[in-house]
Amino acid sequence: MSTTKKIAGAALAAALGVTTLSACGGDAKDKTAGASDAPKSTTVTLVSHDSFNVTDAVLKEFEQQSGYTVKTLKAGDAGAALNQEILTKGSPRGDVFFGVDNTLLSRALDNGIFTPYEAKGLAGVKPEYVLDKEHRVTPIDSGDICVNYDKAYFAEKKIAPPQTLDDLVKPEYKNLLVTENAATSSPGLGFLLASVGKYGEEGWKDYWSKLKANGVEVVDGWEQAYNERFSGSAGGKKAKGDRPLVVSYASSPPVEVLYGEPQPAEAPTGVSTGTCFRQIEFAGLLKGAKNEEGGKALVDFLISKKFQEDMPLQMFVNPVTKDAALPELFTKHGVVIEKPENVAPETIAKNREQWVKAWTSLVVK
Amino acid sequence: MAVPLAFFGLFFAYPVVAIVGRGLKTDEGWQFGRFAEVLARPDIADVLWFTTWQALASTVLTLLIALPAAYVFARFEFPGKQLLRAVVTVPFVLPTVVVGTAFLALLGRGGLTDELLGVRLDTTVWAILLAHVFFNYAVVVRTVGGLWAQLDPRQEEAARVLGAGRFTAWRRVTLPALAPAVAAASLMVFLFTFSSFGVVLILGGPSYSTLEVEVYRQTAQLLDLPTAAVLTMVQFAAIGGILAVHARTVRKRETALRLVDPGRTTHRPRGWAQRTLLGGVLLTVALLIVLPLGVLVERSFDAPGGYGLGYYRALQDAGAGGGTFLVAPLEAIWNSLQYALAATAIALVIGGLAAAALTRRGGRFVRGFDALLMLPLGVSAVTVGFGFLITLDEPPLDLRTSWILVPLAQALVGVPFVVRTMLPVLRAVDGRLREAAAVLGASPLRAWREVDLPLVRRALLIAAGFAFAVSLGEFGATVFIARADRPTLPVAVARLLGRAGELNYGQAMALSTILMLVCAVSLLLLERLRPDKTSGEF
Repeated sequence: MSTTKKIAGAALAAALGVTTLSACGGDAKDKTAGASDAPKSTTVTLVSHDSFNVTDAVLKEFEQQSGYTVKTLKAGDAGAALNQEILTKGSPRGDVFFGVDNTLLSRALDNGIFTPYEAKGLAGVKPEYVLDKEHRVTPIDSGDICVNYDKAYFAEKKIAPPQTLDDLVKPEYKNLLVTENAATSSPGLGFLLASVGKYGEEGWKDYWSKLKANGVEVVDGWEQAYNERFSGSAGGKKAKGDRPLVVSYASSPPVEVLYGEPQPAEAPTGVSTGTCFRQIEFAGLLKGAKNEEGGKALVDFLISKKFQEDMPLQMFVNPVTKDAALPELFTKHGVVIEKPENVAPETIAKNREQWVKAWTSLVVK
Repeated sequence: MAVPLAFFGLFFAYPVVAIVGRGLKTDEGWQFGRFAEVLARPDIADVLWFTTWQALASTVLTLLIALPAAYVFARFEFPGKQLLRAVVTVPFVLPTVVVGTAFLALLGRGGLTDELLGVRLDTTVWAILLAHVFFNYAVVVRTVGGLWAQLDPRQEEAARVLGAGRFTAWRRVTLPALAPAVAAASLMVFLFTFSSFGVVLILGGPSYSTLEVEVYRQTAQLLDLPTAAVLTMVQFAAIGGILAVHARTVRKRETALRLVDPGRTTHRPRGWAQRTLLGGVLLTVALLIVLPLGVLVERSFDAPGGYGLGYYRALQDAGAGGGTFLVAPLEAIWNSLQYALAATAIALVIGGLAAAALTRRGGRFVRGFDALLMLPLGVSAVTVGFGFLITLDEPPLDLRTSWILVPLAQALVGVPFVVRTMLPVLRAVDGRLREAAAVLGASPLRAWREVDLPLVRRALLIAAGFAFAVSLGEFGATVFIARADRPTLPVAVARLLGRAGELNYGQAMALSTILMLVCAVSLLLLERLRPDKTSGEF
C-alpha cells in the first residue's frame, strides 16, 4: 500500500470518525432531553436571532437555581427568525422565542404563535413597554434607533451637530447622512418610522423628499452604512468613510468605547437625540412548547434583575425593568432618549408594506 | 442510484416542493393564477430583466477576462504557477460578506480607484460585474484551461504548415475543439451569476435586485410566501433550461478528442508577444484578485498602535468575555472544519454513488438525474432552509435543531462538484479490467478496491477538496438553520461585522484572512494531488 493511499484512507476514516463522534455528542444531549420527558423535562430551549447574547455565568446561575438546562438556537436576523416561528406554528423548535420587536409584534400576534403567560416580576417592568394586555409577549429590552454623528468632523468644521429630524434637512448638513434600506434593514425601517411618528402618516413623504434633496444616501444594511461609510466609526475610519452622519443606535457610542483599543476616554461619536425611534423587544412562550413549565421559568428569568443588568453589555440594549441599574459604560458614554418617536404596532402592521413601497419609490428609485 | 435519489428526494426536492406548495396552495386548491398576477407586477418585471441582463453581461465579461488566462495556464510554464492557480480559486469559496467589504474598499469612495482615477464604482452595476468576474474567474480557467492543456498543439501547427494564418488556424482547429468547454464554463458562470445574492445585496445598494434577492426578501422579511413561491418556480424554470443546455454541451464535449498529457503541451513563454500575454494575465490577476484579497489581509494587520498581530491575538481572548455571542472565534474555526468534514463525507458518499450510477447506465432518465443533481446550485438557500423547517419536523426526521442539518445543507451544494469531478474519470475506467479481475477470482469488492480505487483515488481527493472548500465558505443556507451555538467561520465573521467597535471590525478581518488561508492551503494541497490526465469539468 502506497503512502498516499494510506493518507487518503486515514483522511476518509477521520472524516467519517468526526461525523460519528459529533453524532454521538448530539445524540447524547437529545437523549437526556428525551429520557426525562415523562415527569419533568430538564431542557428548556430558547429560539432567538443572531444577536442574542448572555454572559455564561449568568445563565449558569439560572440553570443551577431552576434545575433546567438552557439550549439556545439562533437562526438569522430578527425578521427571518420570527418568520421561521410563524412557519413552524404548532410544532415549534423550542419553548420560548425571544426577539420580536414592536415593528413586527402584530405579525406575531395575528399569527397566534404565543401562549399567554403573565411573567413573575412583570410588575417591575415599566408599564409603557407592556404593549400586549393579554401577556402573550413580555417586554425584555428596549433600544433607540438614532442618527449618530462623528464628533471630530463637526468640531473641525466648527458646526453644531444636528439634533432633530428637522435639522437634517438644513443646508449645512447637505450630503452628510447615510441610512439603511428600510425594506431590508431594521435600523432603516426604524428611521422611516421615526419620520412617520414625527410628521404623521402623510407628512413623512414630504420630509423624505426634502431629505433626498439634501443628499441622503441609502445603502443596503447597517454593516455597510456604519462600517464603510460613516467617518466616525472604527471601521469607517479605516475604510475612509465620507459621511459624518449615520443611522445607528443610541448605544453605538458606548460600544465604540468598549471595543476601542486602547479604550478612549470619550466616545468618538455622539447621538442626535431628536431623531430616535424606540424599538422594544419581546419574548413569548411558544404555543405547542414541549416544556411549558421550563419556558415560563425562562421568561421569568429574562426579566429578572440579573439578566436585565447583564443585557446592556451583551446586546447593547436597555433594561425594561425599573430597578435594573445601567453599567457605568452606559451612564458615562450613552444618552437617555427622553422623547423617542413612536408608532403603534397595529398601525405599523397595517401600513408597513405600503410605507416601505412608497419609501422605496420615493427615495431609492 | 437509490441512495443519492433518496437523499435528494428527502433533503432537497421534498422541502422545496413543500415550501412552494405552502405558498401556492390554499384551502380552495392550487392558486396558479398567482403566476400571472406576480409576473405582471412592474417591479417584478424589472427584477427579471435585471437578473437576466446582468448575468449575461457578467458571463461575457468573465469570458473576455479569463480566457486569455485559461490559455496562459494551459500552455505556459512559469514559476509559481501552482500557487497562482490555487490563488485564483480562493475567491470562488470566500463568503460574499467578506468580498463585498473588499470591493467596497477598492471601488467605493476613498478607495483605490477613487484616489487614483477619481472613479467610484460602488452602487453601480460595474461593481457587481467586476465582483462576478472575481468569483467566477476560476471556473473558466479551470474548465477551459483544463481541456486546452490536453489539446495537441500539433494539430494547429499542421494547419499552419498547410498555409493557414495564425488566427485562421486557431479559429478552424482549436476553437471548435474548445467550444464545448467554453460553452460549459459560460453556462456555469451564467448559473452562478443568475442566482447571485450577496454580491448584488452588498455592492448593488438598494436599487438593484436579482430574483434570488427578491426570493429572500419575500420569504425572510415579508413572509409573502405566494410571491416567493412564484419567483422560486420562475428561477427553477430558468435554471432548468440552463442545465438542459449545459447537459447537451457537456455530452458533446465527451465526443472523441485527441487528448495528450498536459505536461507535453506546456513550454516557457517565447518572444515578446507571449511574454506580454503572460504579463497581462499576471497583471489582471494581481489587480482583480490579489488586490481585493490583499485589502482584507492589510486591514487585518492594521491594528491600533501599528501593524501587527493585535487582532489575531484578540481572537484568542474573545471567548473570555463569557457571552454566548462570542463563541471564541478559534472555536468557530474548529466548528467550520468539523462541519466541512462531515459535509465532505456526505457529499463524497452521495456524489460518488451518483457518479458511479451515471457511469454505468445511460438513457434519458439518467441524464435527467445528472441535471437534477446540479439544481441545488441554482435554488435559493432561503427556500431550502425554510423548506427544511416545515418538512423535517416529525420524528424520526425532526432534524430542525440537529447539528446534522448544517452539513446536510452544505453537502447539497457540494454534491454537484463531486459528480462533475468524478464523472469523466469514472467513465474512463475500462470495464474490461474489472472483468479480468473477476475472472482471476477477485470478489466484486476486491475488484473495486484493486481496479477502480487506484484509478479514481486522485479524482476523489480533488472532489473532496472542492466539497470541503465549498462547505467551508457556505453561508446562505447555514445562516437560516438554527444552530446550538456553533457558528461557522463565515457566520462568526458576519456577526462580528454586525457590531460597532474597532476590535470587532478588526477581528472580522482577521477571521476572514484565516478563512482565506484555510481555503488556499487546502487548494494548494489539491494542486499537488492533481492527476495528470484528467482534470474534471471544473
